[in-house]
Amino acid sequence: MITQPAFDASRPLGRDDLARLVAADIPAGSYVNLGIGLPTRVADFLDSSSGVILHSENGMLGMGPRAYGNEIDPDLINAGKLPVTETPGAAYFHAADSFAMMRGGHLDVCVLGAFQVSFDGDLANWHTGAADAVPAVGGAMDLAMGAKHVFVLMTLFNKDAAPKLVPKCTYPLTAVGCVSRVYTDHGVFLVTDHGVVARQTYGMREDDLAERLQLRFVTA
Amino acid sequence: MATVVRDADEAVADIQDGSIVLIGGFGPAGQPVELIDALIRSGVKELTVVSNNAGNGRVGLAALLANGQVRKIICSFPRQADSYVFDELYRAGKVELELVPQGNLAERMRAAGAGIGAFFSPTGVGTPLAEGKEGRTIGGRDYVLEYPIKGDLALIKAFRADTLGNLVYRKTARNFGPVMAAAAQVTAVQVSEIVDPGDIDPEAVVTPGIFVDRLVKIAGVSPLAARGAAR
Repeated sequence: MITQPAFDASRPLGRDDLARLVAADIPAGSYVNLGIGLPTRVADFLDSSSGVILHSENGMLGMGPRAYGNEIDPDLINAGKLPVTETPGAAYFHAADSFAMMRGGHLDVCVLGAFQVSFDGDLANWHTGAADAVPAVGGAMDLAMGAKHVFVLMTLFNKDAAPKLVPKCTYPLTAVGCVSRVYTDHGVFLVTDHGVVARQTYGMREDDLAERLQLRFVTA
Repeated sequence: MATVVRDADEAVADIQDGSIVLIGGFGPAGQPVELIDALIRSGVKELTVVSNNAGNGRVGLAALLANGQVRKIICSFPRQADSYVFDELYRAGKVELELVPQGNLAERMRAAGAGIGAFFSPTGVGTPLAEGKEGRTIGGRDYVLEYPIKGDLALIKAFRADTLGNLVYRKTARNFGPVMAAAAQVTAVQVSEIVDPGDIDPEAVVTPGIFVDRLVKIAGVSPLAARGAAR
């Protein structure tokens, strides 16, 4: 087990701190899928001795870091279509097998970004619902529904300062009741059967945060 | 029985207007660009295209869309940084979109290839993409009924074939290839090399030749790709 990194709780967490925190919470030897965007950064902080094996939805286990220069191979890309490398012991498979790994409950953890998460763990991360938006879902619904543990990594407030941890999602849902943990710049929250637990807050007191989110935290 | 054809045009020669075409690839990886170019030259119209994405830049699938040959696209992730051809057609109402979660897309084609009539999937339950679909609770878990997607033609890209149609792929370019090969009435495959029967280790065959109808060798594989495959 990796020791929890210590962060100054009087300030909000930066993006790298968040990624480091999630990485430290992933059990050794897990099969893990990291979503596009900020979650991808978690890979940078996984200890190579942890034995974590990364799954890529486009048909790979044992994905390595980004490829640069003459390492780039157009046939070897990640879910974000960026060139990556393979690690020793990597395996390739087709799309139906890749999603059987999710749907069949074989993946231990997935880390996803989100527009909104509800207090019940509903996830909205594929569509803003805007009329002119071109919708795209990719593997988000399969991942959110299938992985044993769904961690969300996001900022707690959007650009308009509205909370993204909400009583009920107003954006179209990705999956119902799937999220178990929410990692944000202002706190780490556990979604449990009896309510939301604030494991730790950063840069805001728990009672101020509760008022801002209109959420009554429960104790673990 | 697989047939080695002369060129990409011959591989798609008998395509009919209104066909359902399964096109392999995840973004550019595994996209059978030369077979798609042949589809463009054929002038076929009113296609329904099934593919994970909706084209990148102005080549391959994007070029087919830009040429007005596609009536409907069934895919999981049309919106990408370089999907401007699709985005414009979609916003102008010139192409119909059926958005399918990627795992359901793969499984619907797998079901078609495996002769399954329909299946219950947990993916999409409680979301707009399950609206109007039949649901069922099995063992306390909710599912939605999903139907197979069968193609008239599949266009895929593999790395190496033998003349019997046994296929080997490269890395993440495999993606939808094996699933689509089984799901279509006619499967055309572009490969970088065609070898004699016995030159591919039977234990290493990914798509058995029974799922393949037409093979075309497309020269000009990037030196880097060739180097990777030789390892």
